[in-house]
Amino acid sequence: MKKKTFTKPFVYGILIIYAVVTFMPFLWAILSSFKPLEEIVSGITFFPENFTFNNYTEIFSREPLFLRWMFNSLFITAFMVVLNIIFNSMAGYALARVKFAGRKFWFFLILVVLMIPFQVTLIPSYLILKAFGWLDTYQGLIIPGMVNATFIFMMRQFFLNFPKELEEAAQMDGLSRMGTFFKIVMPLAKPALAAQAVFIFMSSWNDFMRPLIIMSSEEMFTLTLGLNSFKGQYISFWNLIMAASTLMTIPSLLIYAFFNRYFIKGVTFTGGK
Amino acid sequence: MEPARKETPAHEERQSKPPKKGKRPKRYMSKGMKEGLSGYLFMSPTIFTIGVFVVIPIIYAFYLSLNDVQLLGGIGYEFIGLENYTRTLDDTRAIIALKNTAEYVLIVVPVQTCLALLLAAALNSDIRGKNAFRIIFFLPTVTSSAVLTIIFMWMYNPDGLINSFLSFLSLPTYNWLADPDIALKSIMIMNIWATAPFFMVIYLAAMQDISDSVYEAATIDGANWWQKFIFITVPILKPVTFFVVVMGVIGTFQLFDQSYIFSGGSGGPNNSTLTVVLLIYQYAFKSLDMGYASALAVVLAFIIMIVTIIQKKFFGEEKLHD
Repeated sequence: MKKKTFTKPFVYGILIIYAVVTFMPFLWAILSSFKPLEEIVSGITFFPENFTFNNYTEIFSREPLFLRWMFNSLFITAFMVVLNIIFNSMAGYALARVKFAGRKFWFFLILVVLMIPFQVTLIPSYLILKAFGWLDTYQGLIIPGMVNATFIFMMRQFFLNFPKELEEAAQMDGLSRMGTFFKIVMPLAKPALAAQAVFIFMSSWNDFMRPLIIMSSEEMFTLTLGLNSFKGQYISFWNLIMAASTLMTIPSLLIYAFFNRYFIKGVTFTGGK
Repeated sequence: MEPARKETPAHEERQSKPPKKGKRPKRYMSKGMKEGLSGYLFMSPTIFTIGVFVVIPIIYAFYLSLNDVQLLGGIGYEFIGLENYTRTLDDTRAIIALKNTAEYVLIVVPVQTCLALLLAAALNSDIRGKNAFRIIFFLPTVTSSAVLTIIFMWMYNPDGLINSFLSFLSLPTYNWLADPDIALKSIMIMNIWATAPFFMVIYLAAMQDISDSVYEAATIDGANWWQKFIFITVPILKPVTFFVVVMGVIGTFQLFDQSYIFSGGSGGPNNSTLTVVLLIYQYAFKSLDMGYASALAVVLAFIIMIVTIIQKKFFGEEKLHD
């Protein structure tokens, strides 16, 4: 009994201190986004004394492209999520369930691709996109990222344990492989698809390096690039920069809040980004 | 991480076995052919994307690394053998970048691993509010590196939140952003803060799989929480730790976003935040020296793949969880 009274406050202490340390930068950023500039430059106030929403509207008037950047990020991310879900699941399903020549070879290739750091393909991919005329376009970001070896692998493992009877019944009813897949299999794979969707959303929404290389004109920037250039332009206007940062983070936080369960599942599965 | 390594690509001809003769006269196509066709139909987006944007680029990267590449109008190649690789040896910036990256890996990986383990152990004990803690700890993982870096840059300002806090405690303050001796450490602190909770989740999942019976004998012998942690939990988690360290090394070797945003792409002040990937980026897309940049990328890829293969060898089929 003695030990319990000693360790419990200690454990709570660690957790609470770390929670404060984790939360503080976010709180500080959000609070600052509601402060007028004078309050920011005049020194440190923790809570806003002159609470204002103006920073949020000022971003859009000072930087007319901000709305466009939001659209670009949403558009690219939406495509990435939908295409990845469909294509990764199709490949995972084929590797788990369809008996075709070369199946083992393709599975082995997926395992090899998993080990390759993406930096080595960066420069050649850039030159290939250039040859296609896809630099500075949406498809230049979307097409190379529309499948993901990690999730193909995940979906394969998922479909290995998928009940066979349903598919067999569907095929008896005369549904083709494709029909069975889209009408029977996919609806039953929802939890795995959700985990995948959350992960793809986060990695696409937050991606910095690929857009940096592929997008060159300001109109085509994603929000991460836009935020970086906005920061460069308004370097001492931290109230605006914090408002912009908060805006950029809200979608991820919403997705995280609603799909928290799937997200943790995804992390423990992939163990890496 | 990937348990299913039993299968090798050998002996695959068996798969395309000819169909049993004459069984289904109604069909125009045999069952085997149909399966083969739908298999490739299902795989086609993957084969296209991985072929064009992974397999071809890897071969192309080797080719580029052996050439002097000129990007004027079109692309010009001049074969120069291994010159790009030997050039790295007397490129002072490459050596600085490698030194910075190595320092970063050697400090960040052990610290974040220990922190992750400690947090997971704390969260795994019998306490209330587990979910709330976990949700808060995980916030940095879902936030973009660009946003995190920008928030930290502001906190790191000479008269920003961190220095105000330090001087409030009468501790020395630093020029976190502009002092070449400090700048890389500022990034280290930020990334340890951001990444440790991610690995905490992996530890936590593994800890939840350890059955209580393991601890019972120790409890009877009067071991306290700390002793159980050091003598039971840590040894059981050894494979997980190995995995976390390797993933950490791979991740830290690829440091780019934070250095880029911190220094505005320059790797400054005074090359102190220059990393290998940032250097590759600069050579490839600022100096347009794509041959040399590719050679550096190939070297980096080799280092990372060796680490990955070591991990696979040791970690092998062992499963973290299911």
